[in-house]
Amino acid sequence: MIRPHRRHPLWFAFILHRVSGLALALFLPAHFLMLGSVLEGAAALDAGLAWTDNLLAKIAEFGLVFLLAVHLFGGLRLMALEFLPWSPAQKTMAAASVALAVLVSGGFFLQAV
Amino acid sequence: MSELPSLHVRVWRGTPEAGDYAAYEVPRYESQTVLDVVSWIQQHLDGALAYRYACRVGMCGSCAMTVNGVPRWTCRTHVGKVAEDGNLEIGPLANFPVIRDLAVDMDPFFEKWVKAGGVFHAGATRDDPVAEIDPAAETRQIADAGIECINCAVCYAACDTVAGNPDYLGPAALNRAWTLLNDAKDTGRAAILEAVTGDGGCHSCHTMGSCAAHCPNGLNPLESIAGLKRAAARSFFGKGS
Amino acid sequence: MGEMRLYMAQRLSALVMAPLVLGHVAVMIYAVQGGLSAAEILGRTAGSVGWVLFYGLFALAVAVHAAIGLRTILREWAGLGGLVLNAAALAIFALLLAMGWRAVWAVTFSAGAAAAAAGGGA
Repeated sequence: MIRPHRRHPLWFAFILHRVSGLALALFLPAHFLMLGSVLEGAAALDAGLAWTDNLLAKIAEFGLVFLLAVHLFGGLRLMALEFLPWSPAQKTMAAASVALAVLVSGGFFLQAV
Repeated sequence: MSELPSLHVRVWRGTPEAGDYAAYEVPRYESQTVLDVVSWIQQHLDGALAYRYACRVGMCGSCAMTVNGVPRWTCRTHVGKVAEDGNLEIGPLANFPVIRDLAVDMDPFFEKWVKAGGVFHAGATRDDPVAEIDPAAETRQIADAGIECINCAVCYAACDTVAGNPDYLGPAALNRAWTLLNDAKDTGRAAILEAVTGDGGCHSCHTMGSCAAHCPNGLNPLESIAGLKRAAARSFFGKGS
Repeated sequence: MGEMRLYMAQRLSALVMAPLVLGHVAVMIYAVQGGLSAAEILGRTAGSVGWVLFYGLFALAVAVHAAIGLRTILREWAGLGGLVLNAAALAIFALLLAMGWRAVWAVTFSAGAAAAAAGGGA
């Protein structure tokens, strides 16, 4: 359960940024290993790609694109907050980051399936 | 008056070694504050209950506690606003060592306040003329926006970065440093910038904003810390000091 | 390394990556249509100096960014500190950079990539 003192938009934006960043960092080695498998020939990469050619993997990929997009837009929001003159519309900007990420990852998903 | 249903109150009792919540039934009154509830328990049910308060009017910053999971100044928190179905859970402030019951050791909080460069750096003596400060000057307006801090430590208790990183100076200390940095009378600009850019300084903040969300005086330490980050970046890249 | 330098490196790597991520996502949305195949991917990347520079820079920036981010998480959520913390962050940086550049090399100038591209994948 989310503890009461954390129930406000900017804390949710923070935890989304941290969890998405952590998940992306953990995914990276697998991503690099799969592309690196070309060193053993293109067939090795095709074998890896075949392994991800199912709906479950597609949904996981959609999740990863969402995490990437939400980390990008959340990070841009963060840097705007830190480097530009203060804007009181932080909640709106946090919500817009999530909306943009849904849009981008949704576009990816529609092309993928 | 006393026709209102009584309150079910759970209060943290214990020492740093061991403790638990104890249950009390407290009569409900109109316009009752959380501090009234704690005082009633101490006066009528258990004289040994340890807690801290002084002014009772939101000036001194000594009565903050955790009320139903949220850090609050108890003297100006109405029971009607925070009780959930007549239930109140009152604990000591988070992120502090507990001395006993609801009284916490505030030393780390004030030590960090000093460590952040929060002591005024005087540049004039009593023999100098009084400095003329234009209330409309931009830096004065920025300083004024953060200056009403009463050091109640609600922001410090609400901050998860403080919880995760014991070296982090915390929102109140950094907010204080920001007001001094914008005070035309303070001569310690370089010292403040050095203090807030070290380990546990403003760069440890992850802008989760619990400080601003819970500050009882409506201050925005998050904005102050963002200001420190900008000042540090300008100084880092050699523009101004 | 000082917290401020790490903070600056974190922001700088983020600024470098912002356009790269947008480009990466655009390529993904374009490439994923009709399914992925090694021939298609390698047909695009094999022998390309442009993609080496794009993804070489991307891998460097992400190694910096992820190492600093994970260092913060290890400190705040795992309670690591001091030399152990910095050694862990440095190891993460080195590992991600090595794996990332290996992958970039694999899909651009390796024998496997050249063979697949010569095999007519485009």
